[in-house]
Amino acid sequence: MTLIINGEARDVAAPSLAALLEALELDAAVVATAVNGRFVRRADRMVTLLAEGDAIEILAPMQGG
Amino acid sequence: MIDPLDFYGTRLSSRLLLGTAQYPSPAILAEAVRGSGAGIVTVSLRRESGALRSGQDFWQFIRGLGARILPNTAGCHSVKEAVTTAQMAREVFGIGWIKLEVIGEADTLQPDVFGLVEAARILSADGFEVFPYTTEDLVVAERLVEAGCRVLMPWGAPIGSGRGLNNVFGLRAMRAHFPGIPLVVDAGIGTPSQAAAAMELGYDAVLLNTAVAKAGDPALMARAFAMAIEAGRLAFRADPMEPRDMAVPSTPVLGKALLA
Repeated sequence: MTLIINGEARDVAAPSLAALLEALELDAAVVATAVNGRFVRRADRMVTLLAEGDAIEILAPMQGG
Repeated sequence: MIDPLDFYGTRLSSRLLLGTAQYPSPAILAEAVRGSGAGIVTVSLRRESGALRSGQDFWQFIRGLGARILPNTAGCHSVKEAVTTAQMAREVFGIGWIKLEVIGEADTLQPDVFGLVEAARILSADGFEVFPYTTEDLVVAERLVEAGCRVLMPWGAPIGSGRGLNNVFGLRAMRAHFPGIPLVVDAGIGTPSQAAAAMELGYDAVLLNTAVAKAGDPALMARAFAMAIEAGRLAFRADPMEPRDMAVPSTPVLGKALLA
């Protein structure tokens, strides 16, 4: 399944958002997620199913002003 | 001398808010924060780069600084973007404070004040404590307060410009108009004297980033700013004299010897 992850098309077999984070080896507690422009809470990642072409944003703390 | 600042019920002893971007190294950033006693540091959210996991490392690091965290929505150009970013920031940082930026103009990074008010309303209703980056426009400021903002952060000059207080008249009017609202000059400050001037106007705090991060010695500059902000605050509380056009002798004329 091709997903657009942080702007890049990638082929990942992950049925849910939670599974995707696991596949990417990201610490689920330290990132925030959105699917197709909508915020998805940590608690909802297991039940957020992904479909071909979904745009996923995975954000983490960074320097800022 | 105890002169605490209150943001949404949180008392702070420092009136310096420091951005965390553009420093030569994390060690210098840490030195700047600790050496200046900055009470709040601003942070952002950006795409996590899978392999590097720099965001996770940064979060560990920033938590170790001991300052309060103010997440921002920097770079957002629409209400939807800003609101979604704020929601994501609240989850990651575990704090309902948000420095709300809705940028309306690319060259000046001027806030889109219409979007700002709308986003502030949505976020306040959702339980956020909003720190809006705004202009010194009083009508917009009124709307932000109506939208639930209990702190206002007008710009001094465009972000990163170092031009200081472009509109002293407007900033002074804003201070007079909102005596009970904490006001923070955010953006545009380049030198400690400009920060002191903001504090002398009665502003409650100053938010800096580029002026410190891009200084030759950021840690030293952060200390200079901390002292200037304290000096400006003391000066405001001390109620400065009124300027006048003509000279007035400071030495008494009475009792002067007749030697001519």
